[in-house]
Amino acid sequence: MFNASLKQLSTQLSEKKISSVELTEIFLKQLQKLNPSYNAFITVDEAMSLAQAKAADKKIAAGQAQPLTGIPIAQKDIFCTKGLLTTCGSKMLSNFVSPYDAGVIERFNQVGAVNIGKTNMDEFAMGSSNETSFYGPVRNPWDVAAVPGGSSGGSACAVAARMAPAATGTDTGGSIRQPAALCGISGIKPTYGLVSRYGMIAFASSLDQGGPMAKSAEDLALMLNVMVGFDGRDSTSLQRETEDYQHDLAKPLTGLRIGLPKEYFADGMSDDVAVATEAALEKYRQLGAKTVEVSLPNAHLSIPVYYVLAPAEASSNLSRFDGVRYGYRAKSYNDLDDMYRKSRAQGFGAEVKRRILIGTYVLSHGYYDAYYIKAQKIRRLIAQDFIDAYKQCDIIMGPTTPTVAFDLGEKNSDPIQMYLSDIYTSAASLAGLPGMSIPIGFGDKNRPIGLHVIGNYFTEAKMLNVAHQYQLETDWHLRSPQFD
Amino acid sequence: MQWEIVIGLEVHAQLSTQSKIFSGASTAYGATPNSQACAVDLALPGVLPVLNKGAVERAIKLGVAVGGKINSPSIFARKNYFYPDLPKGYQISQFELPVVDGGSLKIQVGETEKIVNLTRAHLEEDAGKSLHKDFHGMSGIDLNRAGTPLLEIVSEPDMRSSAEAVAYAKKLHSLVRWIGICDGNMQEGSFRCDANVSVRHKGTEKLGTRCEIKNLNSFRFMEKAIEYEARRQIEIIEDGGSIRQETRLYDADKNETRTMRSKEEAHDYRYFPDPDLLPLEISDEWINNLKATLPELPEARRDRYVATFDLSSYDAETLTSSRELADYFEAVVKQLPTQAKLCANWVMGEVSGRLNKEGIEITACPINPTQLAALLSRINDSTISGKAAKDVFNSMWSGEHAGDADAIIAAKGLKQMSDSGELEKLVDEVLSANAQQVADYRGGKQKAFNSLVGQVMKASRGKANPAQVNAILKQKLA
Repeated sequence: MFNASLKQLSTQLSEKKISSVELTEIFLKQLQKLNPSYNAFITVDEAMSLAQAKAADKKIAAGQAQPLTGIPIAQKDIFCTKGLLTTCGSKMLSNFVSPYDAGVIERFNQVGAVNIGKTNMDEFAMGSSNETSFYGPVRNPWDVAAVPGGSSGGSACAVAARMAPAATGTDTGGSIRQPAALCGISGIKPTYGLVSRYGMIAFASSLDQGGPMAKSAEDLALMLNVMVGFDGRDSTSLQRETEDYQHDLAKPLTGLRIGLPKEYFADGMSDDVAVATEAALEKYRQLGAKTVEVSLPNAHLSIPVYYVLAPAEASSNLSRFDGVRYGYRAKSYNDLDDMYRKSRAQGFGAEVKRRILIGTYVLSHGYYDAYYIKAQKIRRLIAQDFIDAYKQCDIIMGPTTPTVAFDLGEKNSDPIQMYLSDIYTSAASLAGLPGMSIPIGFGDKNRPIGLHVIGNYFTEAKMLNVAHQYQLETDWHLRSPQFD
Repeated sequence: MQWEIVIGLEVHAQLSTQSKIFSGASTAYGATPNSQACAVDLALPGVLPVLNKGAVERAIKLGVAVGGKINSPSIFARKNYFYPDLPKGYQISQFELPVVDGGSLKIQVGETEKIVNLTRAHLEEDAGKSLHKDFHGMSGIDLNRAGTPLLEIVSEPDMRSSAEAVAYAKKLHSLVRWIGICDGNMQEGSFRCDANVSVRHKGTEKLGTRCEIKNLNSFRFMEKAIEYEARRQIEIIEDGGSIRQETRLYDADKNETRTMRSKEEAHDYRYFPDPDLLPLEISDEWINNLKATLPELPEARRDRYVATFDLSSYDAETLTSSRELADYFEAVVKQLPTQAKLCANWVMGEVSGRLNKEGIEITACPINPTQLAALLSRINDSTISGKAAKDVFNSMWSGEHAGDADAIIAAKGLKQMSDSGELEKLVDEVLSANAQQVADYRGGKQKAFNSLVGQVMKASRGKANPAQVNAILKQKLA
């Protein structure tokens, strides 16, 4: 049951071999057993989950089942859920019960999926290790000493530890792909604009994009079918024809040109990651693909550019958390300014404050041109690099992260080292391109390794096809951590 | 040493859309606090702005009406600052690439015409309101107004007196109502003015240090505030001091301006393009479609009145000071096409005067254009004198005889005496009764003639046609 694909679960539900209530109970039990050790969930409301499961069973009985009807899905705690605590990993929202559902949540509700709980995350999605969460760090299910990655670390952990069949995540600079890689699961960040940002608490608006995290590419396709769609309440949402992301899964890879950016295969990558990546590429060659060297000459600037633009937007996006209308307010204060100061000083964690400071600085009078404007210019150059590269290849591959999961506390005192763990993922975010990570083996300390797949705009179906064909030939995605 | 006052105005015109600029909540004025603030207006976590097309259309209309350039793309930017009535901690406004760049308005002060250039007009959202009364030492926040669409219209520092500033503000006020983008209600804050005032020695080019005066919520206050502020600045400089750049608040009760915040305290707003809103593309087709919906603009009407009706530019300017007034005038003149000047005088004189006195709008005028035209045609055909017409006008205003001029004239017996035989008889009586004045007139005293006219008019109880009386008298005294 725990290793079953979404399709298998769906079949069992529609064939009445199991009810949604039973399935939900099984996962809730697993969750209650494992969560105390892994801290993947911030909020679980069993009664709500079971009520949704009951409704799903009715839907199934009435013959109205859709592929995800009755299947428990873990929701990242960045998505607003009506009547349920939505913390975004922060003390600031430790008392915030949303009066409305995010666009993504609405879409899951419409198909009758079951919300099994809200997953832990780095505070306001700012972090690469899940250590910035006010609710404590998430542990990597493969090794409790290791971080699960971030910011969607709770979702990655939940899927890897089989506490949920699939989960949602969000990705601003790698927050789906990096934890997917570090936890040995599959995750995809779609092209910017495909998944509604309405009700998804903003970190950096021009980069934030929701996406699914699951065991396999096949499962990701089913999740994307639910998550992708135009939302008039998000002005950056794209209006496109509905696509079935399973459509191309079975296509052979013969003739596929895989671009390998030489900049991603240079210094910085650890040996275990290099070996696993090369083995995965070799598998692709066996499947009929060929690899070509491409260049992303400005990719090395993506971390500095990202750490100008994302904090700039964040510094403004997080201004609404002022203790006036909702959220945390300091217990005592002297006047208005003091209330702002204390509420924000006490409500935000260190990493969030650091980024607000950076963002405020780069937008300040006299620095704006040198930082923000310059970074925007380089952002366009980075996007242009990809456009040029796609003249020579169909898809780009490389490692998702330079190393396997690091230990908890290892990079806490060195933000730059922490930021560098998104070195391969942030360029695609800046370009608005879809990016995916799939498990391709294990490295140092038997920790998982991910392959980063970057597609051209709107080629998610192709990317899933490329991943699925690999997963037909390998079983890395079926491995799960063993618990006592 | 002669001083010159330099004034530029920033006007916030509330656009007349039903819903807010970035949310679906209503913009209606005066609702229960926070009853018109939706999730977007409250800036709940995760909500996003969606631009109201109607607000953009109104901005484009203004741009077209003032002959400005419509930018495409136009960019929305965030203006960041903390205040409890600013829920997001930033205001969505425009910085670089506003919807409208440039343009101008023609103003008239006395007989002098002047062009005032516009810098720009940009869209932005209004903030909410902080309420400090009735909360026992705490403050209340009403977010009904948060997100109301505003068009900030910024002029160049082209005005040189408070009269010019008021003329410009009135002109703009009339224009936004004329083209239907703003209701212009200054009491409800639909049209708010800030004035940038500086002084310099006449003949110098360099602008003096300016102060921005806020809270000018009537044209009268604007005039007084500018005059006070200019005097204040001149006195400081003449006393050897210098002006500090600052924002000042006008206190109408005390008729003075006082410091609100200095330049040093000014915020660094950290403007940057709002990533939640895509660059706004405005096609020529869209602009042209909107242009086609615009009514004949005041300037064009004014020129037409001068050309077609042979009115003075001052009269034409006055009559086009609002679209409703101009429409009223045209409806009257349509029925008396050869008497445009008479119509103009009455509309600007009796009608406007009475409306002002009673504090009502032309649209609520108790005498409709057809009724007024009926009255004026009786002056024109000499049935009644101008003086009697005013009497009839007053009766019409009170609704006597359902505002029927002829019925009132008949009832009051105001028809002029035009029978020359009857008139001659009256004149003869007056002449024989006033031998002294006749002698005075013949002795060269012109005044005596006027007195004799008066006597005849009196004897006719005002019904004699003065022109006819004049003619007969002249003839008899010759």
